[in-house]
Amino acid sequence: MTQSPDARNRSSFIAEKLMHFLVRYGLMIVIAFLFFGLILLISGEDPIQSYRDIFTSTLGSSYGFSEVVVAMSPMLLTALAVALPSRLGLINVGVEGQLYMGACFSTWGALAFSNSPSWILLPLMIVLGMIGGALWAFIPGYLRALGLVNETITTLLLNSVAPMIVSFFVFGFWHSPMDTNKTPNFSPSARLPKFFDTRIDLSLVIGLALLVLFWFLMRYTRWGLEMRAIGGNPLAARRNGIPVKTYLIAVMCIGGAIAGLAGMTQVSGYYGVLLVNFSRGIGYMGFLISWLAGGSPLGILLTSFVISIIFSGGNLLQLTRDLPYAVINVLLAFTLFVVLARPSFLINRKEA
Amino acid sequence: MPKLLPPESHPTLMISMREISKTFPGVVANDRIDLDIYRAEIHALLGENGAGKSTLMKILYGFYRADSGRIFLDGQSLSIQSPHDARLAQIGMVFQDFTLIPAFSVAENIALFLPDLGAVLDIKDVNLRIEQLSARYNLKVNPHAMVSELSIGEQQKVEILKLLLSDARLLILDEPTRVLAPHEVDALFQVLDGLRKDGLAIILITHKINEVMECSDRITVLRRGRVVGTVPQPDASESMLVEMMFEKKLSDVEVSRSVIRKGALQPLLKLHGVYTRSEGLGVNLVDIDLEVCPGEIVGVAGVSGNGQKELGDVVLGMIKCLKGTKNLFGKGVTHHSIQRMRKSGISYIPENPLTMAAAPFMTVLENMAVTKTWRYARQGGLRMDWQAVMTDIENTMKRMGFSLPWYVPARSLSGGNLQRMIIVRELTHDPRLIIASYLTRGLDVQSTIAAHSALIQARENGAGVLLISESLEELFKLSDRLIVLYAGRIVGRFRPKETDSYEIGHLMTGTKVQHDTKS
Repeated sequence: MTQSPDARNRSSFIAEKLMHFLVRYGLMIVIAFLFFGLILLISGEDPIQSYRDIFTSTLGSSYGFSEVVVAMSPMLLTALAVALPSRLGLINVGVEGQLYMGACFSTWGALAFSNSPSWILLPLMIVLGMIGGALWAFIPGYLRALGLVNETITTLLLNSVAPMIVSFFVFGFWHSPMDTNKTPNFSPSARLPKFFDTRIDLSLVIGLALLVLFWFLMRYTRWGLEMRAIGGNPLAARRNGIPVKTYLIAVMCIGGAIAGLAGMTQVSGYYGVLLVNFSRGIGYMGFLISWLAGGSPLGILLTSFVISIIFSGGNLLQLTRDLPYAVINVLLAFTLFVVLARPSFLINRKEA
Repeated sequence: MPKLLPPESHPTLMISMREISKTFPGVVANDRIDLDIYRAEIHALLGENGAGKSTLMKILYGFYRADSGRIFLDGQSLSIQSPHDARLAQIGMVFQDFTLIPAFSVAENIALFLPDLGAVLDIKDVNLRIEQLSARYNLKVNPHAMVSELSIGEQQKVEILKLLLSDARLLILDEPTRVLAPHEVDALFQVLDGLRKDGLAIILITHKINEVMECSDRITVLRRGRVVGTVPQPDASESMLVEMMFEKKLSDVEVSRSVIRKGALQPLLKLHGVYTRSEGLGVNLVDIDLEVCPGEIVGVAGVSGNGQKELGDVVLGMIKCLKGTKNLFGKGVTHHSIQRMRKSGISYIPENPLTMAAAPFMTVLENMAVTKTWRYARQGGLRMDWQAVMTDIENTMKRMGFSLPWYVPARSLSGGNLQRMIIVRELTHDPRLIIASYLTRGLDVQSTIAAHSALIQARENGAGVLLISESLEELFKLSDRLIVLYAGRIVGRFRPKETDSYEIGHLMTGTKVQHDTKS
């Protein structure tokens, strides 16, 4: 057996990947902050002082840190909802819609069984949320497996339908006596437990656990192997006897279920109520994070963390410095642009 | 400077390569190679896979840059940094995979390549030049035809015309006969002969010794990146060239023609009246009746693109039968999934290992396991037993004398190793029915023999083999029965003894055989 050269090969392969990984994230952060500085200068602010403020308000205090984590928790789930199907080569742009459907289904549970104890109600809401998201993702997954319609288009189009369904139920049936655009507050038993006297709730634990599970699934299991084979070469995978169609539908549905779970944690944990148009693009943000992270679990964690800092810092600047909130979106767009372009002077691409 | 006198006349020296070296990570592809090319000669570059032939020629064409060494043109030092430089020096190359644009006509494809292409395309002038040249060298192609409608042989003619129209004086052909039917090979050699008479130099990269003996003037043999020697054709013999290529003499496979136990046993595979409809550019199979019995190799001859791929795919279940039935081991399996077919003991070596069988970014080890994941899954699928994969695969590799690294991604393997990987994977676990398309494509002589022996071994053990190939030599050597595919139909069924390559070649290309009356 000639194990040693192979093993060495492998470790250098891993080292190279790690290097690539670090360069990529280092680059992203540096450029993000350079651009931010530029934008701050243009708006007449002192970038250095602003950075100091952002730092103390996010990483510098325990409250600030907890708020970053709160912002991060749903993004872990929505990013995972993109990353999992992406391993099969499926482009799930529909997390936003799946999230709304998950929120919608679990809200029905919360309102209909509001008197149940939380150990029954919360699992029920979780399951309902996942079913909602999965059903919404089943439509594009099934059409794709039949070879009829590309899932990118269908998921994207369904995104504009789902919030309307939520509106339909909220305005029509569920709205509270006082407000027409939201449901009554959930009963305490329908709220996710919170930790350490902060707004951090159970969704963080769920998100982290699912990330670990995702990593384990892809790395060690038979299903991970088959999924990677499909992602690498779908035609070869079919010829190799892997049931590709079943996988396409199942994984799309699981992705949708995770997105639905994210919706459930938003209404049950963060808001405690179902608001019309509550999401503010968390689903799209998940898409962005997953692609920046190249679909890797650790990358998803790091990227969501950084993006949450930018978000929280942006909120602060908006409050203290009179900057428009849109500045953050400009910054994110630039970051996406830079990282996806992968400047060749920094990363030696071996592919070409 | 020339080490050898050119044969017959004394043409002038055209290109000299001196001390050319090129290393790739882990491999010395070319090690101080000297090569002289004269005007008006056909120079064969012979060597097994990985001997460095293609690398050397890609250096000459500017595709790679040599680590050291120099190239001289007419005694002048020449710097070739890119294919553009090579074309300025009147060097042209026909690659294994053609570079034509299918949606363009022949004339448009050629015009694109012309160095003096004007801002406004004068397609009439191009047409005229194509017609003149093709008449002169017997390279008949319709300039108005779409490339997508041309056969592989015609596409090759277009590639050659393209180079001639751009004034190339040295043509490099990389394994030009790989995709051609026997009579097309003869036609190609006649064309090359005509070009030589007009003073052009031709370099032929190949590992087929009989072709080398047939058409070349001088032969340079490479082995492991070094020149073993250059011999004029009259002085060479096949056994001598084999010895130069491999150091040691190789014993070819012994093919014992087993008595076909047909009738006594039920056929493994039976297709009855199968029709398919394919998507895109594929061929539709029409009324296919086919049986493969245990202990039998059924050869499928045909020019590539006449339904071979579809035949393999329909047996596997990749394509649905539109009409007709499919039986495996006596049971109806017309609508079974690929997974079920694989589980019941079918294995499939498709024509293109990289695009049709492998997951390029997964390691060799992982690729070895993907067809048999159910077999290696432990704890209900939570874990894969990689040790068991290695043990099984290593057995097969030992039997065939192959060795492959485990942990490199499949796409970093050379074409030959990729093919070996798929062969090893598909022949492990004693399959009962093997569909092998272009089994030895990209393999050197030694590996070819190993692959053939493995097939024969499988046959002795009672497996059935459907051997799809373009090499008639291979088909005649291995097959117990032969069928010929043309345009999706079976146009001939033979015992190898009842026919010859001439007859099959004509059936393969849909042309009439004068002396023959069989359908």
